[in-house]
Amino acid sequence: MTAQAPEAAPKEDWRRHKKMERNVALFGLAAFAAVTIGGIVEIAPLFWIDNTIEKVDGMRPYTPLEQAGRDIYVREGCYVCHSQMIRPFRDEVERYGHYSLAAESMYDRPFQWGSKRTGPDLARVGGRYSDEWHVQHLKDPRAVVPESVMPTYAFLANRELDAGDASATLTALYRAGTPYTKDQIAKANEDLKLQGDPMGDTADLNKRYPKAQVRDFDGQPDKLTEMDALVAYLQMLGTLVDVNAAAAQEDLAKEKGR
Amino acid sequence: MESVVSRSGWWLAALFASIFAMAAAVDWGFAVHMGIFALAALIGLVVSLRTTDFQAAARGLLKVPQDEGRYDDDLIRYGMIATVFWGMAGFLVGLIIALQLGFPALNLGLEWTSFGRLRPLHTSAVIFAFGGSALISTSFYVVQRTCRARLAFPGLARFVFWGYQLFIVLAATGYLMGITQGKEYAEPEWYVDLWLTIVWVAYLAVFVGTIVKRTEPHIYVANWFYLSFILTVAMLHLVNNANVPVSLFGSKSYPLWSGVQGALVQWWYGHNAVGFFLTAGFLAMMYYFVPKQAQRPVYSYRLSILHFWSLIFLYIWAGPHHLHYTALPDWAQTLGMVFSVMLWMPSWGGMINGLMTLNGAWDKVRTDPIIRMMVLALAFYGMSTFEGPMMSVKSVNSLSHYTDWTIGHVHSGALGWNGMITFACVYYLVPRLWGRERLYSLRMVNWHFWLATLGIVFYASSMWVAGITQGLMWREYGADGYLVNSFAETVAALHPMYLLRAFGGGMFLVGAGIMTFNVWMTILGKLRDEAPLYHPVHNADADHPLTAVPAE
Amino acid sequence: MSTHSTYDMLRHFADSWGLLAMLLTFLVLVLWPFRPGARSANEAAKTMIFKDDDDGE
Repeated sequence: MTAQAPEAAPKEDWRRHKKMERNVALFGLAAFAAVTIGGIVEIAPLFWIDNTIEKVDGMRPYTPLEQAGRDIYVREGCYVCHSQMIRPFRDEVERYGHYSLAAESMYDRPFQWGSKRTGPDLARVGGRYSDEWHVQHLKDPRAVVPESVMPTYAFLANRELDAGDASATLTALYRAGTPYTKDQIAKANEDLKLQGDPMGDTADLNKRYPKAQVRDFDGQPDKLTEMDALVAYLQMLGTLVDVNAAAAQEDLAKEKGR
Repeated sequence: MESVVSRSGWWLAALFASIFAMAAAVDWGFAVHMGIFALAALIGLVVSLRTTDFQAAARGLLKVPQDEGRYDDDLIRYGMIATVFWGMAGFLVGLIIALQLGFPALNLGLEWTSFGRLRPLHTSAVIFAFGGSALISTSFYVVQRTCRARLAFPGLARFVFWGYQLFIVLAATGYLMGITQGKEYAEPEWYVDLWLTIVWVAYLAVFVGTIVKRTEPHIYVANWFYLSFILTVAMLHLVNNANVPVSLFGSKSYPLWSGVQGALVQWWYGHNAVGFFLTAGFLAMMYYFVPKQAQRPVYSYRLSILHFWSLIFLYIWAGPHHLHYTALPDWAQTLGMVFSVMLWMPSWGGMINGLMTLNGAWDKVRTDPIIRMMVLALAFYGMSTFEGPMMSVKSVNSLSHYTDWTIGHVHSGALGWNGMITFACVYYLVPRLWGRERLYSLRMVNWHFWLATLGIVFYASSMWVAGITQGLMWREYGADGYLVNSFAETVAALHPMYLLRAFGGGMFLVGAGIMTFNVWMTILGKLRDEAPLYHPVHNADADHPLTAVPAE
Repeated sequence: MSTHSTYDMLRHFADSWGLLAMLLTFLVLVLWPFRPGARSANEAAKTMIFKDDDDGE
């Protein structure tokens, strides 16, 4: 043993000093205080400061079908390779569209901003490709993009959508803070089917969910599949807020440093 | 007798409750998970009914020494086996998903084996299963030695260990079935989170209880780090997993925090999972096992205290650097960046403290492969804690974010620092815990060292190249003022780098395989007949006292 | 009191006394082991892991 402990100080010595390191409760409290403060100071103001989330027109909660598609997006872990957050750089704006606003993900539970782009950003993918392209791409990505390394998701097209009780889903989201109306929650199960059926009462659905796209998404009009839900979700991404409209641009220009 | 009856009663109640929940389940994933709970309760019931027989059988199977010893070490032996097992599982899945990025056909077209589901399996297996098992078992080992007391609440300690293993099984099977919250490193769903909360509170009770009953005046600095790790992880876990379940008998839930708030809460959690799980916890291991293996006290005890407080005061603020240039308000981004850059100092303080512990014993780096692993772990800790603050500078981050540079950074920390220090601790502990004279083979440790080191070099350098390549290709403009590359072209450019990365990961896995064999043979009590690793050849010419050469 | 003024008040506190209090707490915690007379305690804590060798059981 190279280390020679000096003869330990007499016992009374360490008992007299009420030192931090010997008082585990006090120590724990100090450490805990140190780690809580950082979180509180950074996170709490986001709920507080008005201009954290811009006021923009057009944002609404997801339709039951879009939400079901979003749940599939989450289930398959799409977020590990695709971001939904366009940064304000010239190349990103040219590649993907206007930079993302905080308001555009205000109803995202969970947020899906992502941290890695193994594939491209999807924040504004809605409307950029046809439904047929999406279906083909999800079934076999390399059929439309030879360089792609994405897994195939052919099984989505064969599986009937089982979204459980859509009213229960919307209720849970409502409890978490998404402002669904009573009407939206009550009609959730009907709306889920209505959105995939172009022969249904489109006007009624659009009253509840403005800009909701109603059609058969997967090319199989006879059934509502997981593919329908996922494509419905992808096709609405970034389409709610008209960021390039004059009014919106004016508001954003007036924004002070956040 | 009475206690056996009442304990069995509890297990039986848990069994019935799980079966009931299984029957009432609204989705099949939840039913499977309740079935796993029921199975665990059944095992608990059988074990508690035939405790004595069963323990003797397990002891025989694991070649555990018969005498009880001064400290409660049974769990730590299981913990070592769990650490090695989960390590192999996690590295293997890592290699598989690395190959999937090179050859997408390996996704097999099945939902259970697609990249999106296997990637969380990989990250959780290495961080929470491999890292978590190592942390729990070493903390139980260290806290007993440094407090000179047996574990407080031995029954609860068993619950902590096995409950944590159950958490791992639930999380892992959940990912394969697509049960996920969709938040990185926090994927397990609400009921699994609740289970972990119970286990974690029990962990805190056992750890603090042991410290309270210590017979030693001081609380050794390693316990400071362990305690801050346990406390902070509890807080992070509770806040980030505040969810509303859709049904009490279903797996799906939605988080309370949405959008920008959700993002900051998640990365406050995510970054401090790195800071307190992968840094503070592993620094605790460093502060005990490096001095023990080097047989000399830590370089500066005062520096260790300075290091401790600076680290925990600063780390907690650094989360927003994961959200540079996003829709997060600028003030939060700047705050995150400033604290991240400041973090460089305490991190290097810890590294210097660890490395300087070897002052005067540097020859051990040559002669002792376990020390060599520890030194390399500290070197990688130093490297990645320099790289991290650099990448948190906004202008660097604008290039590195969303690319493989981040993946490379994470792995130089995870493989180099967490992996290497854990391997060293396993090599330190296994012969001691099973009462063996030494490891089965030191030469195999040497092989493991070099395979792992070269593997990390391949991994990190290929990911640097891949990340910077892709980042630059994304922003490349031609003379005509248009973007030069389509996204697909940037993907194609990375193919060779992905293959090199998989090669590096494969080397790392082979090294870990050698460790598994070595550990297993040590447990069996075998000693490999091998030439010593270091045997200086006697050089007669050099064998004389050093004398100054007189000037002509 | 509107939420905004609560925010302003807290913000002001965080920028002044709050920051100072945190800094002082930090300095006290960090400088504590450097106080005169702590040397022997540090030395004892530092070497306590070597005190007995029977922990390899």
